[in-house]
Amino acid sequence: MTDNQTILEVKNLSITYPITIGNVRAVQDVSFTLANGEALGLVGESGCGKSTLGLSLLDLLRPPGRVSGGQILYRGRDILGFDARELLKLRGQSISMIFQNPLTSLNPLFTVEHHFLETIHFHDPTLPKDRAREGVEKMLAELGIEAKRLKEYPHQLSGGMRQRIMIGLALIMNPDILIADEPTTSLDVIVEAGFTDLLLSLRSVYKLSIILITHNLGLVAEIADRIAVMYGGKIMEVATAEDIFAHPLHPYTQGLIDCVPNILLDQKELVTMPGSPPDLVNPPTGCRFAPRCPKVMPICRQKEPTLMEHAPAHTAACWLYQKGEA
Amino acid sequence: MSTQPEPKNVKAARFSPAAGAASFFRWLSSSRKKYGGEWWIMIAGIVVIVLILTMTVFPQVFTRYSPTDQNAGGQMTPPSRDHIMGTDNLSRDVWARVVYGAQTILGVAMAAALLSAIIGIPLGLLSGFAGGVFDRILSLVMDSMYSFPGLILAIAFAAMLGPGVINITLAVAVVYIPTYFRLVRGQTLSIKEEVYVEAARAIGARRGTILTRYIFPNVIATVVVILSLNIADAIMTEASLSYIGLGLPAGIPDWGMDLSMGKKFLPSGIWWMITFPGLMIMLLALGFTMLGEGLAEILNPRLLEK
Amino acid sequence: MRHLLNYLVTRILLTIPMIFIMLTLIFVVLRVMPGDPVSAMLGGHAPQQVIDEQKAKLGLNKPIAAQYVDYLGHLIHLDLGDSMIFNEKVSSPILDKLPATIELTLFGLLASLGIGIPLGAYAARRRRTGRDYGIRVYANVVYCIPVFWMGLLLQLVFGVFLGWFPISGRTGPRVDISSFTWSGFYIIDTLRAGDMAVFGDVLWHLVLPALTLGIVLSGIFVRLTRANMLDVLKGDYILAARARGIPERRVVYNHGLRNALIPIVTMLGLQFSLLLAGAILTESTFSWPGMGRLLLERIYLRDYPVIQGVIIVYTLFVSFVSLLVDLLYAAIDPRVKY
Repeated sequence: MTDNQTILEVKNLSITYPITIGNVRAVQDVSFTLANGEALGLVGESGCGKSTLGLSLLDLLRPPGRVSGGQILYRGRDILGFDARELLKLRGQSISMIFQNPLTSLNPLFTVEHHFLETIHFHDPTLPKDRAREGVEKMLAELGIEAKRLKEYPHQLSGGMRQRIMIGLALIMNPDILIADEPTTSLDVIVEAGFTDLLLSLRSVYKLSIILITHNLGLVAEIADRIAVMYGGKIMEVATAEDIFAHPLHPYTQGLIDCVPNILLDQKELVTMPGSPPDLVNPPTGCRFAPRCPKVMPICRQKEPTLMEHAPAHTAACWLYQKGEA
Repeated sequence: MSTQPEPKNVKAARFSPAAGAASFFRWLSSSRKKYGGEWWIMIAGIVVIVLILTMTVFPQVFTRYSPTDQNAGGQMTPPSRDHIMGTDNLSRDVWARVVYGAQTILGVAMAAALLSAIIGIPLGLLSGFAGGVFDRILSLVMDSMYSFPGLILAIAFAAMLGPGVINITLAVAVVYIPTYFRLVRGQTLSIKEEVYVEAARAIGARRGTILTRYIFPNVIATVVVILSLNIADAIMTEASLSYIGLGLPAGIPDWGMDLSMGKKFLPSGIWWMITFPGLMIMLLALGFTMLGEGLAEILNPRLLEK
Repeated sequence: MRHLLNYLVTRILLTIPMIFIMLTLIFVVLRVMPGDPVSAMLGGHAPQQVIDEQKAKLGLNKPIAAQYVDYLGHLIHLDLGDSMIFNEKVSSPILDKLPATIELTLFGLLASLGIGIPLGAYAARRRRTGRDYGIRVYANVVYCIPVFWMGLLLQLVFGVFLGWFPISGRTGPRVDISSFTWSGFYIIDTLRAGDMAVFGDVLWHLVLPALTLGIVLSGIFVRLTRANMLDVLKGDYILAARARGIPERRVVYNHGLRNALIPIVTMLGLQFSLLLAGAILTESTFSWPGMGRLLLERIYLRDYPVIQGVIIVYTLFVSFVSLLVDLLYAAIDPRVKY
């Protein structure tokens, strides 16, 4: 499915939020690539910067947040250098995004049909209305939603339906990349399963590349080809999905996986990771995870490890594997 | 180890006025640091009010003329060094009328607001607390009054009662009773459901105690804010009533009435008779509004979010 | 549609108790208050016999309960009684002057919305800039300006000093409008007659009075619009719309403002009460021949039936508008269930 051609490349991206008490370094020096047709999972706990990262890919950061360094290369061109017109063309047509809460993501005053037609109109103004309607009806069919729902308002639909409509709106202009930010967090597990199936089938139909941002390891295991683990605004580990679960290198990754309750094990207590996420205004020197790491060593608190390949197609930023200047 | 009863001197220290004043000033200065803009707005409001209050109490400080002296200067002279706001059609000094007029308008407005509060608050407390048919009927009456244009209500009352300072105060007061009623009733209803009230009931507190010790103090903060805004409104209502000629006998200097007098000479370009009294009404109302809004932000930022 | 009808009926049924209460209140205020209207009207020196005669004629000598029943009875038949001063039914001058007040109030409302909403939306967009603060100061200050003072100032500046607009009346002194008075709403009448010159004159006379009301009451709408807009613009559907590549202007004004305006509709009812009150003062200032001036006239003449009639009409008017506003709200927000 992937054809090894890199469709998105993030290079040394840094995002800061200047606030009164200082600069919140939400994302720091993050780099990764997305191949054409690939599904990349971006996992981490709340506040690790993954949602911020997702928003920045469409230049949708809410002020005062801003990109303070790095590049986002889509098909070789830096999005951060796009002017307003190019950005409008990019959003929804080349790269699309769906969000966590489907009810509030749809305008309560507009019908389903209006949402679709409006999007189509602004991307392809010359398309005649009946052709547009045909396209919408086809999309709804693929989403498994009856055509009569077109005239309805968001509050009349169920949560699962709304999320599917969100996908539909994101894909109606046939983008290359879909960014899904916590898409199932507000859905119950059964609806979530349906969503996952839908996403996978649409992925092959539309030849999508996907960036899945979530803290749900189960979801990412089902959908992602590769997984990147973020902590404290930095990437800690990147590998294929199988490798991450089978051979997690970074202690944080190991901790994340351990935290998921396993029905097969006779667990008396749930596993947790002690401590709390780092202060992003004044991050600790050295590795960001050091204060909470069960395998911490003296060098961890002094110098930051770099993201390096320690196994085939498997990178991690950890002094456990990096033989560096101690 | 048995607990000793508190030594007397500690108790005294806790309730001494000095301690009270000290903690008040501490609160004052901490508020100033916390709330930048709103603090200064409140101070500005207080400054304006104090200034005008001084005008009411010591008018001689501000002007040497009398507001009723019909020989103060020439007839309808524009502002000059002698008469900083000019003279009116009866050769009275306008600034003097402005200064002395403050007494009337401020007196009526504050008295009316107080009266409204004295009637409306207990009714609101009782109604919210008691509930039942009594509450529903009273609420219906108050809601109907509230949705009715206040000025028209005041006009009706003023018309029926006739001229006079007391009558106009009553007329203005009636308009605002529903305001206090609704506010206090709403607060009472929500506080009534709070857990600490339930707890008090559980240990046997009498209804009267709950009302006075639990509900009333919590309502006070809101009331103070509303009182201030209310006075601003009452000022406007009083001025409106006297503007249309419904309030006061001719002798008493009043800003609203001066405006209606000045209106007659407007087409001839006599601008000073109307500009200054009107400006004063606005300033006074603004003063109380700023006080009220500043206070609201400081006491409870979510207070006015209805 | 049937649901809407149900809702309408329910709302009307709810309004009736309110109207009833207000009418009772009016009765109480105008009858039970101290002061004898009849002797006041007759000048206070009239002999007792004359006073008693008048009272009997007006039904004021019956016990209060009977008077109340009479009162309600008349109202059900839509009979507001007869004037005590002139030889006319109460409804006559009221119906004559009502259109003038409605026209003024309507244009005042339009003015306040037309000033307030754009300013509020703009302030929300330019949040925390100097312009935002300026607009907010304007909104707060403007509300404290007495309506009648605003009217006088506008008259002074634009009427007397600049001479751009007239300062009294609905039409100019040399304009004869009686030939095509049909509804009493001059705007409608002149359009119907096709006389554009007189139409222009009518509009010209409406400017200052409408602005008087509009400016003073715009403050509330500025604040409301701004607050609602700020709230709405934080919403997820705004972000989602931007993510779909919808241009910013459309997002703010089409997606954002529409949602922000809905709560404003509910405020319209309350604002209308303020408008009516302000209209009375404005009518006095601009010599506008409407119900407000009628009220003040008859108060001076102590024509109590007319006073009562005017207040009753105001009550009905307010209730009607409140009902209308509720219906409007139900119509524009698809989430409202009826």
